[in-house]
Amino acid sequence: MFGARTRGGVTYFADVGALARKDLLLELRAKETVPAMLLFVLSTLTIFHFALPRGTGHVAALGLLWVALVFTALLGLTRAFVPEREQGLMDALVLAPCDRSAIWLAKVLAVLAFLGLAELVALPAFAAFFSGLDGRTIGAVALADVGIAAVGTLTGAMAVAGRARELILPLLFLPLAIPVVVGGVGASAGAGGRYLAFLVLYDAVFGLLAWAAFEYVVSET
Amino acid sequence: MLTARNLSKRFGAKRVFARVDVSLDAGGFLLVTGPNGSGKTTLLRVLAGLAAPTSGELQLPAREVIGYLGHDPLVYRELTPLENLQLFGRLYRVPERRERIGMLLERFGLWDVRHDRVSTFSRGMQQRLGLCRVLLHDPALLVLDEPFNALDAEGAALLDETLVELSSRALVVATHDPDRVERLATERLVFG
Repeated sequence: MFGARTRGGVTYFADVGALARKDLLLELRAKETVPAMLLFVLSTLTIFHFALPRGTGHVAALGLLWVALVFTALLGLTRAFVPEREQGLMDALVLAPCDRSAIWLAKVLAVLAFLGLAELVALPAFAAFFSGLDGRTIGAVALADVGIAAVGTLTGAMAVAGRARELILPLLFLPLAIPVVVGGVGASAGAGGRYLAFLVLYDAVFGLLAWAAFEYVVSET
Repeated sequence: MLTARNLSKRFGAKRVFARVDVSLDAGGFLLVTGPNGSGKTTLLRVLAGLAAPTSGELQLPAREVIGYLGHDPLVYRELTPLENLQLFGRLYRVPERRERIGMLLERFGLWDVRHDRVSTFSRGMQQRLGLCRVLLHDPALLVLDEPFNALDAEGAALLDETLVELSSRALVVATHDPDRVERLATERLVFG
Protein backbone atom coordinates (compact mmCIF):
# COMPACT_ATOMS: atom_id res chain seq x y z
CA MET A 1 0.00 0.00 0.00
CA PHE A 2 2.70 2.50 0.94
CA GLY A 3 4.76 1.93 -2.14
CA ALA A 4 4.18 4.91 -4.41
CA ARG A 5 7.19 6.42 -6.15
CA THR A 6 7.66 10.07 -6.99
CA ARG A 7 8.96 11.31 -10.29
CA GLY A 8 9.92 14.64 -11.81
CA GLY A 9 8.67 16.13 -15.01
CA VAL A 10 5.89 18.31 -13.67
CA THR A 11 6.83 21.72 -14.89
CA TYR A 12 7.41 24.89 -12.93
CA PHE A 13 4.47 26.56 -14.60
CA ALA A 14 2.16 23.66 -13.80
CA ASP A 15 3.05 24.19 -10.12
CA VAL A 16 2.40 27.92 -10.49
CA GLY A 17 -0.92 27.17 -12.18
CA ALA A 18 -2.01 24.75 -9.47
CA LEU A 19 -1.08 27.18 -6.68
CA ALA A 20 -2.70 30.18 -8.38
CA ARG A 21 -5.85 28.17 -9.06
CA LYS A 22 -5.94 27.31 -5.36
CA ASP A 23 -5.74 31.00 -4.39
CA LEU A 24 -8.50 31.97 -6.83
CA LEU A 25 -10.68 29.10 -5.61
CA LEU A 26 -10.16 30.13 -1.99
CA GLU A 27 -11.24 33.69 -2.80
CA LEU A 28 -14.18 32.51 -4.87
CA ARG A 29 -15.43 30.56 -1.85
CA ALA A 30 -14.49 32.87 1.01
CA LYS A 31 -15.27 36.14 -0.86
CA GLU A 32 -13.22 38.13 1.61
CA THR A 33 -10.56 40.01 -0.31
CA VAL A 34 -12.11 41.32 -3.53
CA PRO A 35 -15.36 42.65 -1.98
CA ALA A 36 -13.31 44.45 0.68
CA MET A 37 -11.04 45.96 -1.99
CA LEU A 38 -14.03 47.07 -4.06
CA LEU A 39 -15.75 48.68 -1.12
CA PHE A 40 -12.55 50.38 -0.04
CA VAL A 41 -11.64 51.85 -3.43
CA LEU A 42 -15.18 53.04 -4.14
CA SER A 43 -15.49 54.61 -0.68
CA THR A 44 -12.13 56.31 -1.07
CA LEU A 45 -12.97 57.73 -4.48
CA THR A 46 -16.33 58.93 -3.15
CA ILE A 47 -14.63 60.65 -0.21
CA PHE A 48 -12.12 62.27 -2.57
CA HIS A 49 -14.98 63.40 -4.81
CA PHE A 50 -16.65 65.28 -1.97
CA ALA A 51 -13.42 66.37 -0.28
CA LEU A 52 -11.89 68.04 -3.33
CA PRO A 53 -12.98 71.62 -3.94
CA ARG A 54 -14.92 72.29 -7.13
CA GLY A 55 -12.66 73.14 -10.02
CA THR A 56 -9.73 71.01 -8.82
CA GLY A 57 -7.47 70.17 -11.73
CA HIS A 58 -7.32 66.83 -13.54
CA VAL A 59 -3.72 66.23 -12.47
CA ALA A 60 -4.56 66.60 -8.76
CA ALA A 61 -7.44 64.16 -9.17
CA LEU A 62 -5.11 61.68 -10.91
CA GLY A 63 -2.76 61.89 -7.92
CA LEU A 64 -5.61 60.87 -5.66
CA LEU A 65 -6.46 57.97 -7.98
CA TRP A 66 -2.94 56.62 -7.43
CA VAL A 67 -3.26 57.03 -3.67
CA ALA A 68 -6.53 55.09 -3.76
CA LEU A 69 -5.03 52.32 -5.90
CA VAL A 70 -1.91 51.86 -3.74
CA PHE A 71 -3.93 51.61 -0.53
CA THR A 72 -6.46 49.27 -2.15
CA ALA A 73 -3.56 47.06 -3.17
CA LEU A 74 -2.24 47.20 0.39
CA LEU A 75 -5.61 45.99 1.65
CA GLY A 76 -5.48 43.04 -0.75
CA LEU A 77 -1.90 42.25 0.20
CA THR A 78 -2.72 42.08 3.91
CA ARG A 79 -5.05 39.20 3.01
CA ALA A 80 -2.72 37.47 0.55
CA PHE A 81 -1.13 35.02 2.98
CA VAL A 82 -3.99 34.72 5.46
CA PRO A 83 -4.86 31.06 4.65
CA GLU A 84 -1.20 30.04 4.92
CA ARG A 85 -0.73 32.00 8.14
CA GLU A 86 -3.89 30.94 9.95
CA GLN A 87 -3.52 27.25 9.20
CA GLY A 88 0.28 27.05 9.29
CA LEU A 89 0.25 25.99 5.65
CA MET A 90 3.47 27.71 4.74
CA ASP A 91 5.23 24.73 6.36
CA ALA A 92 3.50 22.32 4.00
CA LEU A 93 4.24 24.47 0.95
CA VAL A 94 7.86 25.06 1.90
CA LEU A 95 8.46 21.33 2.41
CA ALA A 96 7.09 20.47 -1.03
CA PRO A 97 9.84 19.73 -3.55
CA CYS A 98 8.62 22.35 -6.01
CA ASP A 99 10.64 25.50 -6.62
CA ARG A 100 9.67 27.89 -3.83
CA SER A 101 9.52 30.83 -6.20
CA ALA A 102 6.48 29.11 -7.76
CA ILE A 103 4.62 29.92 -4.51
CA TRP A 104 5.54 33.60 -4.98
CA LEU A 105 4.63 33.70 -8.66
CA ALA A 106 1.25 32.06 -8.03
CA LYS A 107 0.48 34.58 -5.28
CA VAL A 108 1.53 37.42 -7.60
CA LEU A 109 -0.92 36.17 -10.23
CA ALA A 110 -3.72 35.94 -7.67
CA VAL A 111 -2.99 39.43 -6.30
CA LEU A 112 -2.91 40.76 -9.88
CA ALA A 113 -6.30 39.19 -10.57
CA PHE A 114 -7.82 40.70 -7.41
CA LEU A 115 -6.29 44.11 -8.12
CA GLY A 116 -7.47 43.96 -11.75
CA LEU A 117 -11.01 43.22 -10.60
CA ALA A 118 -10.96 46.15 -8.17
CA GLU A 119 -9.67 48.43 -10.93
CA LEU A 120 -12.35 47.27 -13.37
CA VAL A 121 -14.75 49.03 -11.03
CA ALA A 122 -12.46 51.78 -9.72
CA LEU A 123 -11.37 53.26 -13.07
CA PRO A 124 -14.89 53.79 -14.47
CA ALA A 125 -15.89 55.17 -11.06
CA PHE A 126 -12.98 57.62 -11.23
CA ALA A 127 -14.00 58.64 -14.72
CA ALA A 128 -17.56 59.24 -13.50
CA PHE A 129 -16.53 61.21 -10.39
CA PHE A 130 -13.68 63.23 -11.88
CA SER A 131 -12.66 63.07 -15.52
CA GLY A 132 -11.96 60.56 -18.25
CA LEU A 133 -8.84 58.41 -18.37
CA ASP A 134 -6.55 58.13 -21.34
CA GLY A 135 -4.70 55.06 -22.62
CA ARG A 136 -1.44 56.16 -20.97
CA THR A 137 -3.02 56.15 -17.53
CA ILE A 138 -4.60 52.75 -18.06
CA GLY A 139 -1.26 51.41 -19.34
CA ALA A 140 0.51 52.91 -16.33
CA VAL A 141 -2.03 51.29 -13.97
CA ALA A 142 -1.45 47.90 -15.61
CA LEU A 143 2.33 48.24 -15.33
CA ALA A 144 2.08 49.50 -11.76
CA ASP A 145 -0.08 46.50 -10.83
CA VAL A 146 2.72 44.14 -11.83
CA GLY A 147 5.27 45.93 -9.66
CA ILE A 148 2.87 46.29 -6.75
CA ALA A 149 1.94 42.59 -6.86
CA ALA A 150 5.59 41.48 -7.17
CA VAL A 151 6.95 43.61 -4.35
CA GLY A 152 3.82 43.38 -2.23
CA THR A 153 3.75 39.59 -2.31
CA LEU A 154 7.35 39.42 -1.13
CA THR A 155 6.76 41.90 1.69
CA GLY A 156 3.53 40.08 2.53
CA ALA A 157 5.50 36.86 2.96
CA MET A 158 8.03 38.70 5.16
CA ALA A 159 5.24 40.08 7.29
CA VAL A 160 3.68 36.63 7.77
CA ALA A 161 6.80 35.48 9.58
CA GLY A 162 6.73 38.39 12.01
CA ARG A 163 4.60 39.03 15.06
CA ALA A 164 3.27 42.54 14.32
CA ARG A 165 2.42 41.59 10.75
CA GLU A 166 -0.35 44.17 10.25
CA LEU A 167 2.19 46.84 11.11
CA ILE A 168 5.13 45.38 9.23
CA LEU A 169 3.47 45.04 5.83
CA PRO A 170 2.70 48.75 5.29
CA LEU A 171 6.09 49.70 6.72
CA LEU A 172 7.86 47.43 4.23
CA PHE A 173 5.56 47.89 1.26
CA LEU A 174 4.77 51.61 1.15
CA PRO A 175 8.38 52.87 0.82
CA LEU A 176 8.93 50.35 -1.99
CA ALA A 177 5.72 51.52 -3.69
CA ILE A 178 6.85 55.16 -3.88
CA PRO A 179 8.58 54.70 -7.28
CA VAL A 180 5.36 53.12 -8.59
CA VAL A 181 3.40 56.22 -7.58
CA VAL A 182 6.08 58.49 -9.08
CA GLY A 183 5.99 56.55 -12.34
CA GLY A 184 2.22 56.26 -12.40
CA VAL A 185 1.53 59.93 -11.72
CA GLY A 186 4.25 60.94 -14.17
CA ALA A 187 2.80 58.76 -16.92
CA SER A 188 -0.78 59.91 -16.23
CA ALA A 189 0.11 63.59 -16.01
CA GLY A 190 1.66 63.96 -19.41
CA ALA A 191 5.27 62.79 -19.70
CA GLY A 192 4.02 59.35 -20.74
CA GLY A 193 6.77 57.42 -22.51
CA ARG A 194 9.58 58.15 -20.10
CA TYR A 195 7.55 57.21 -17.03
CA LEU A 196 6.03 54.14 -18.64
CA ALA A 197 9.58 52.97 -19.39
CA PHE A 198 10.44 53.69 -15.76
CA LEU A 199 7.55 51.47 -14.64
CA VAL A 200 8.68 48.70 -16.99
CA LEU A 201 12.18 48.94 -15.48
CA TYR A 202 10.77 48.88 -11.95
CA ASP A 203 8.71 45.79 -12.75
CA ALA A 204 11.68 44.00 -14.27
CA VAL A 205 14.19 44.83 -11.53
CA PHE A 206 11.94 44.40 -8.52
CA GLY A 207 10.13 41.43 -10.04
CA LEU A 208 13.42 39.63 -10.54
CA LEU A 209 14.67 40.55 -7.06
CA ALA A 210 11.45 39.42 -5.41
CA TRP A 211 11.43 36.17 -7.41
CA ALA A 212 14.99 35.39 -6.35
CA ALA A 213 14.57 36.52 -2.74
CA PHE A 214 11.37 34.62 -1.91
CA GLU A 215 13.22 31.38 -1.23
CA TYR A 216 15.21 33.07 1.56
CA VAL A 217 12.19 34.81 3.01
CA VAL A 218 10.16 31.64 3.54
CA SER A 219 12.88 29.23 4.59
CA GLU A 220 14.63 29.33 7.91
CA THR A 221 16.99 26.52 7.03
CA MET B 1 18.49 8.75 6.75
CA LEU B 2 18.66 11.24 9.63
CA THR B 3 21.67 12.13 11.73
CA ALA B 4 21.87 14.88 14.32
CA ARG B 5 24.85 15.52 16.55
CA ASN B 6 24.98 17.85 19.52
CA LEU B 7 21.94 19.73 18.26
CA SER B 8 20.74 22.75 20.16
CA LYS B 9 18.17 25.46 19.59
CA ARG B 10 17.74 28.85 21.21
CA PHE B 11 15.18 31.59 20.71
CA GLY B 12 17.18 34.63 21.80
CA ALA B 13 18.32 33.99 25.35
CA LYS B 14 15.89 31.11 25.85
CA ARG B 15 17.31 27.64 25.39
CA VAL B 16 14.73 25.30 23.87
CA PHE B 17 16.86 22.14 23.82
CA ALA B 18 20.53 21.31 23.90
CA ARG B 19 22.94 18.48 23.06
CA VAL B 20 20.45 16.29 21.24
CA ASP B 21 21.89 13.33 19.33
CA VAL B 22 19.72 11.37 16.91
CA SER B 23 20.60 8.71 14.42
CA LEU B 24 17.75 7.11 12.53
CA ASP B 25 17.80 4.75 9.58
CA ALA B 26 15.01 3.20 7.56
CA GLY B 27 13.03 1.01 9.94
CA GLY B 28 13.88 3.21 12.92
CA PHE B 29 11.22 4.76 15.15
CA LEU B 30 12.18 7.68 17.39
CA LEU B 31 9.66 8.34 20.16
CA VAL B 32 9.87 11.86 21.59
CA THR B 33 8.09 12.50 24.87
CA GLY B 34 8.00 15.27 27.42
CA PRO B 35 5.71 17.85 29.00
CA ASN B 36 4.25 20.86 27.22
CA GLY B 37 6.83 23.49 26.36
CA SER B 38 9.77 21.11 26.68
CA GLY B 39 10.86 21.64 23.08
CA LYS B 40 9.37 18.60 21.31
CA THR B 41 7.65 20.59 18.57
CA THR B 42 10.72 22.74 17.93
CA LEU B 43 12.90 19.62 17.68
CA LEU B 44 10.48 18.04 15.23
CA ARG B 45 10.46 21.20 13.10
CA VAL B 46 14.25 21.08 13.04
CA LEU B 47 14.25 17.39 12.13
CA ALA B 48 11.75 18.06 9.34
CA GLY B 49 13.99 20.77 7.90
CA LEU B 50 11.55 23.57 8.72
CA ALA B 51 13.76 25.31 11.27
CA ALA B 52 17.49 25.64 11.56
CA PRO B 53 19.30 24.47 14.70
CA THR B 54 21.30 27.11 16.55
CA SER B 55 24.27 24.78 16.69
CA GLY B 56 25.18 21.19 15.99
CA GLU B 57 25.35 19.01 12.93
CA LEU B 58 22.26 17.88 11.08
CA GLN B 59 22.00 15.64 8.05
CA LEU B 60 18.56 15.31 6.50
CA PRO B 61 17.32 13.58 3.38
CA ALA B 62 15.98 15.62 0.45
CA ARG B 63 12.76 17.39 1.31
CA GLU B 64 10.69 15.40 -1.20
CA VAL B 65 11.08 12.30 0.98
CA ILE B 66 10.09 14.04 4.23
CA GLY B 67 6.50 13.96 5.44
CA TYR B 68 5.62 16.39 8.24
CA LEU B 69 2.46 16.62 10.31
CA GLY B 70 2.41 19.52 12.75
CA HIS B 71 -0.09 20.48 15.43
CA ASP B 72 -2.35 21.62 12.59
CA PRO B 73 -3.29 19.23 9.78
CA LEU B 74 -1.82 21.71 7.25
CA VAL B 75 -4.70 21.61 4.79
CA TYR B 76 -6.74 24.43 3.25
CA ARG B 77 -10.04 24.72 5.09
CA GLU B 78 -11.94 26.25 2.17
CA LEU B 79 -10.93 23.46 -0.20
CA THR B 80 -12.31 19.94 -0.27
CA PRO B 81 -10.19 16.90 0.71
CA LEU B 82 -9.92 16.01 -2.97
CA GLU B 83 -8.74 19.51 -3.95
CA ASN B 84 -6.23 19.59 -1.09
CA LEU B 85 -4.73 16.24 -2.00
CA GLN B 86 -4.69 17.04 -5.72
CA LEU B 87 -2.78 20.24 -4.98
CA PHE B 88 -0.21 18.58 -2.72
CA GLY B 89 -0.03 15.56 -5.00
CA ARG B 90 1.01 17.83 -7.85
CA LEU B 91 3.52 19.75 -5.75
CA TYR B 92 5.04 16.47 -4.50
CA ARG B 93 5.08 14.97 -8.02
CA VAL B 94 3.04 11.94 -6.97
CA PRO B 95 2.55 9.52 -9.86
CA GLU B 96 -0.84 7.86 -10.37
CA ARG B 97 -2.20 10.63 -8.22
CA ARG B 98 -5.86 9.85 -8.65
CA GLU B 99 -5.52 6.24 -7.53
CA ARG B 100 -3.27 7.15 -4.61
CA ILE B 101 -5.62 9.88 -3.41
CA GLY B 102 -8.63 7.59 -3.72
CA MET B 103 -6.88 4.85 -1.78
CA LEU B 104 -5.90 7.19 1.08
CA LEU B 105 -9.33 8.80 1.31
CA GLU B 106 -10.93 5.34 1.45
CA ARG B 107 -8.50 4.15 4.05
CA PHE B 108 -9.03 7.12 6.38
CA GLY B 109 -12.81 7.12 5.93
CA LEU B 110 -13.02 10.37 3.99
CA TRP B 111 -14.12 9.10 0.58
CA ASP B 112 -17.80 9.93 1.11
CA VAL B 113 -16.96 13.52 2.11
CA ARG B 114 -14.29 14.09 -0.53
CA HIS B 115 -16.29 16.93 -2.14
CA ASP B 116 -17.16 18.67 1.15
CA ARG B 117 -15.22 21.66 2.38
CA VAL B 118 -12.72 20.91 5.12
CA SER B 119 -14.13 23.84 7.15
CA THR B 120 -17.25 21.72 7.76
CA PHE B 121 -15.19 18.87 9.24
CA SER B 122 -14.62 18.05 12.89
CA ARG B 123 -11.05 18.42 14.16
CA GLY B 124 -10.66 14.65 14.08
CA MET B 125 -11.67 14.45 10.41
CA GLN B 126 -9.24 17.25 9.62
CA GLN B 127 -6.51 15.27 11.37
CA ARG B 128 -7.35 12.24 9.22
CA LEU B 129 -6.99 14.44 6.15
CA GLY B 130 -3.70 15.75 7.49
CA LEU B 131 -2.49 12.15 7.70
CA CYS B 132 -3.60 11.54 4.10
CA ARG B 133 -1.58 14.60 3.05
CA VAL B 134 1.52 13.37 4.89
CA LEU B 135 1.31 9.87 3.40
CA LEU B 136 0.43 11.06 -0.12
CA HIS B 137 3.98 11.06 -1.48
CA ASP B 138 5.00 7.95 0.47
CA PRO B 139 7.79 9.69 2.40
CA ALA B 140 10.84 7.77 3.58
CA LEU B 141 11.08 9.95 6.72
CA LEU B 142 7.89 10.77 8.62
CA VAL B 143 7.91 13.45 11.30
CA LEU B 144 4.64 13.40 13.21
CA ASP B 145 3.85 15.83 16.00
CA GLU B 146 1.03 14.51 18.18
CA PRO B 147 -0.50 12.47 15.34
CA PHE B 148 -3.20 11.01 17.61
CA ASN B 149 -4.51 14.51 18.37
CA ALA B 150 -8.29 14.75 18.10
CA LEU B 151 -8.66 11.29 16.58
CA ASP B 152 -11.55 9.17 17.82
CA ALA B 153 -11.03 5.51 18.78
CA GLU B 154 -11.53 4.32 15.21
CA GLY B 155 -9.17 6.95 13.79
CA ALA B 156 -6.53 6.17 16.41
CA ALA B 157 -6.78 2.45 15.64
CA LEU B 158 -6.36 3.24 11.94
CA LEU B 159 -3.26 5.25 12.70
CA ASP B 160 -1.88 2.43 14.89
CA GLU B 161 -2.31 0.08 11.97
CA THR B 162 -0.76 2.55 9.55
CA LEU B 163 2.29 3.11 11.75
CA VAL B 164 2.89 -0.65 11.81
CA GLU B 165 2.65 -0.76 8.01
CA LEU B 166 5.14 2.08 7.82
CA SER B 167 7.72 0.22 9.87
CA SER B 168 10.15 0.10 6.96
CA ARG B 169 10.31 3.92 6.94
CA ALA B 170 12.10 6.16 9.42
CA LEU B 171 9.62 7.66 11.86
CA VAL B 172 9.90 10.46 14.42
CA VAL B 173 6.80 10.72 16.59
CA ALA B 174 6.16 13.13 19.45
CA THR B 175 3.24 12.23 21.66
CA HIS B 176 1.73 12.71 25.08
CA ASP B 177 0.47 9.16 24.89
CA PRO B 178 3.72 7.14 24.64
CA ASP B 179 2.07 3.87 25.69
CA ARG B 180 0.25 3.84 22.38
CA VAL B 181 3.41 3.56 20.28
CA GLU B 182 5.98 2.36 22.82
CA ARG B 183 6.07 -1.13 21.30
CA LEU B 184 7.15 0.33 17.93
CA ALA B 185 9.91 2.59 19.26
CA THR B 186 13.52 1.74 18.55
CA GLU B 187 14.90 5.00 19.98
CA ARG B 188 13.59 7.25 22.73
CA LEU B 189 14.13 10.87 23.57
CA VAL B 190 12.65 12.19 26.80
CA PHE B 191 12.47 15.96 27.24
CA GLY B 192 12.06 17.95 30.45
